[in-house]
Amino acid sequence: MKITEDMVDYISQLSRLQLPAEEKTAMTAELERIVAYMDVLNSLDTTDVEPLSHIFPLKNVLRSDEVVPSYDRETLLAGSPAGDGETFLVPKAVE
Amino acid sequence: MQLYELTALELAQKLRSGEVKQQEAVDAALSRIHAAQPDNNAFVTVDGPAFPAADLSASPLAGVPMAYKDNICTKGVATTCASKILEGFTPCYDATVVERLSAAGAVSMGKLNMDEFAMGSTSETSHAGPVKNPWDLTRAPGGSSGGAAAAVAAGEVWYAIGSDTGGSIRQPAAYCGVTGMKPTYGTVSRYGLIAYASSLDQMGPIARSAADCAAVLDLIQGRDPRDGTSLDAPAGGLLPSLTGDLKGKKIGLPVDCFGEGLDGEVRAAVLAAAEVLKARGAEVEEFALPVMQYVVPTYYIIAAAEASSNLSRFDGVKYGWRAEGYEDLTDLYCKTRTQGFGAEVKRRILLGTFVLSSGYYDAYYKKALQVKALIKKAFDHAFERYDLLLTPVAPTTAPKLGESLSDPLKMYLSDIYTVSVNLAGLPALSMPCGFDGKGMPIGAQLIGPPLGDGMVLNGAHAFQLETDWHKKSPKGGDAQ
Repeated sequence: MKITEDMVDYISQLSRLQLPAEEKTAMTAELERIVAYMDVLNSLDTTDVEPLSHIFPLKNVLRSDEVVPSYDRETLLAGSPAGDGETFLVPKAVE
Repeated sequence: MQLYELTALELAQKLRSGEVKQQEAVDAALSRIHAAQPDNNAFVTVDGPAFPAADLSASPLAGVPMAYKDNICTKGVATTCASKILEGFTPCYDATVVERLSAAGAVSMGKLNMDEFAMGSTSETSHAGPVKNPWDLTRAPGGSSGGAAAAVAAGEVWYAIGSDTGGSIRQPAAYCGVTGMKPTYGTVSRYGLIAYASSLDQMGPIARSAADCAAVLDLIQGRDPRDGTSLDAPAGGLLPSLTGDLKGKKIGLPVDCFGEGLDGEVRAAVLAAAEVLKARGAEVEEFALPVMQYVVPTYYIIAAAEASSNLSRFDGVKYGWRAEGYEDLTDLYCKTRTQGFGAEVKRRILLGTFVLSSGYYDAYYKKALQVKALIKKAFDHAFERYDLLLTPVAPTTAPKLGESLSDPLKMYLSDIYTVSVNLAGLPALSMPCGFDGKGMPIGAQLIGPPLGDGMVLNGAHAFQLETDWHKKSPKGGDAQ
């Protein structure tokens, strides 16, 4: 599998990362080596094998709908890099 | 004998009997930490209590100084995952593990250094600088729980809580000559563990003996409604169950874990460990586990995929660090993430995004989940015949600092013996079993069937009754 700089641009955009030019060149080569190594899995026949996402058969893990105390706003906003005491502050996103 | 040479259980006993005062134990830990920190950089935050006052009847480990890996949330104490992007983040809650250990009288001395977001096998990708191996400061302590293993090896704390996604407890324990256990997936609540790969992550102890690990697990295992993957399985009672008797137990040696790529001295030490287990009554037999050749690519596809999703929450809005000079919201995200994450974290986010992206999902991610099913089946089959499996922990002893950073693929390949355990959700333990010609510790791994944590610990306890590798300290106990 050939990894191109265009592909790295595309996945960087999806990941909200902006690699400087030289970092991008190095990353493209590294990802290509890693992905090439992963192609070893293609030598294994997995026709009719059901993908296993969770190791134990867990489904519909539910809890009863009970109101429990939460954290107050001040406590949660304290960890934010920018807040005004009411909300998290970000640049305007909707015109 | 110095206090730092005791096991956690021995120290707890002396605290209960009054032979050692709580303050003496804390002072001993602090003086070791301050002496060792400039050399090994095991801690990110030192936060020992001014006036420890644990209820010494709370548990068999009450009053014993310990520490947490820096990806475990501690209320009011900075938790950074050794990353710039979480600089300044102080959780407003404790992880379930922290809550349970605090109630059991644990005395936290602070937070331990690690690979950034637990991504790495040498603890060199930390934003707080690399951890160094107490046995040789020019070598890596392993990773990602390198600070935890180094701090226990150097006698700074009596035990530590690490996390293990693909070997991150077991491999540093092996490199630093201490005992580390990854319990069965779902037996320790992940609530408050900052996620790397949620289907693989599990917390566990690093300590001086299997008995200490059992005592810690007795306190932290058990169902937690705040973790949806937490199992409703019996918990507790591991420590009193350790008999050291292996009569009638069958131990399998997967030949595929002893072949090409394994250092000769490591092979010899692990095979010698098999002989010790035989002497305790176990029957040891070789068998083939050919699925081993697929475990590393399967692991890195799944782990990277989950990491790319889990780490999308770090965007400079709700917690941690924010870049300056952004133009709009997207630019704020991009600049914060680009400047806030280190190279290895970015590599895994990009790899994970790639294997999940449209057009490649089936070929990589879905394929890996199918191979994961085959890996689990191969282990299920092995445990129909064997009670435990014995393998090396890593192909070599601790590498020189810097060696692994230059070649990420080589670093990934060094995880070959540990990652399959996470893919199959199994309990596994790393125990010291010798030294190589350079004086570096060698680790052997015992793997058990799901919920066979007691069996794994008993195997290691049996080994430690016969040997004293786990009692060795770096340079005779001097933390440099």
